Amino acid sequence: MKLLAGVGLDPGRAGRTSWRAYAVRFVFGGVVTACTGLVAHAFGPAVGGLFLAFPAILPASITLIEDREGKRSAADDCAGAVLGSVGLLAFGAVVWALAPRLAAWQVLGCATVAWLAVAVALWRLLAAVTGEQTDGGQSD
Amino acid sequence: MFGELALRFVIGGLVVSGFAVLGEMLTPKRFAGIFGAAPSVALATLGMAFVTQSGEYVSAEGRSMMAGAVAFCLYSLVARRLLVAHGAPALAAASFLWAVWLAVAVALWGVFLR
Repeated sequence: MKLLAGVGLDPGRAGRTSWRAYAVRFVFGGVVTACTGLVAHAFGPAVGGLFLAFPAILPASITLIEDREGKRSAADDCAGAVLGSVGLLAFGAVVWALAPRLAAWQVLGCATVAWLAVAVALWRLLAAVTGEQTDGGQSD
Repeated sequence: MFGELALRFVIGGLVVSGFAVLGEMLTPKRFAGIFGAAPSVALATLGMAFVTQSGEYVSAEGRSMMAGAVAFCLYSLVARRLLVAHGAPALAAASFLWAVWLAVAVALWGVFLR
């Protein structure tokens, strides 16, 4: 299924990943989120906020991809995470600016849209600059 | 306190898993990688912070998150370099770089945001 130009969505791919891999991500995500709460409780929001951009999923993802598809695909995943992390910068900026003024769902909604918009825009820009094929969504 | 931690664990685990599943389904790999840097921990944590704390508290967390995001960007760039140029095992590279992420995030926070 083509999601947008150059991007494919294949629900069947999710089934290729073992439940154990998903369980590891669930546990790790849960532990990081709980620890972030503890850090904020102990040291305040200024320190706790740092951990909102902790690389929680990436290590498990690239390890899995390296095993399944090789080092080059794992490196491509890291390249995508570079773009996503710039999006996280936008996410944090939106939360910083809007949290005192708007409701929770509005702040988190705007911040999530900002994250995705920045990351996708950078991906498109990078693809245009490098001349990478983005019309099939099957390049991996 | 234990109840709140358990709730954080469950919500965080679910949000992280949700973004991970989405990332698995997307192609090409470079685009899917964006979801390796999804705001999963942030959504889970800030969603709860809005319930229990003030908007100013959440805003302060968002401000510091920007330093963490810059460190994440560096983390991903170096991880890619270690994989491609040095053939490092992904798990070893990613685990070692957590220390680098922490050092960069704390340094940026100390210099620019403290």
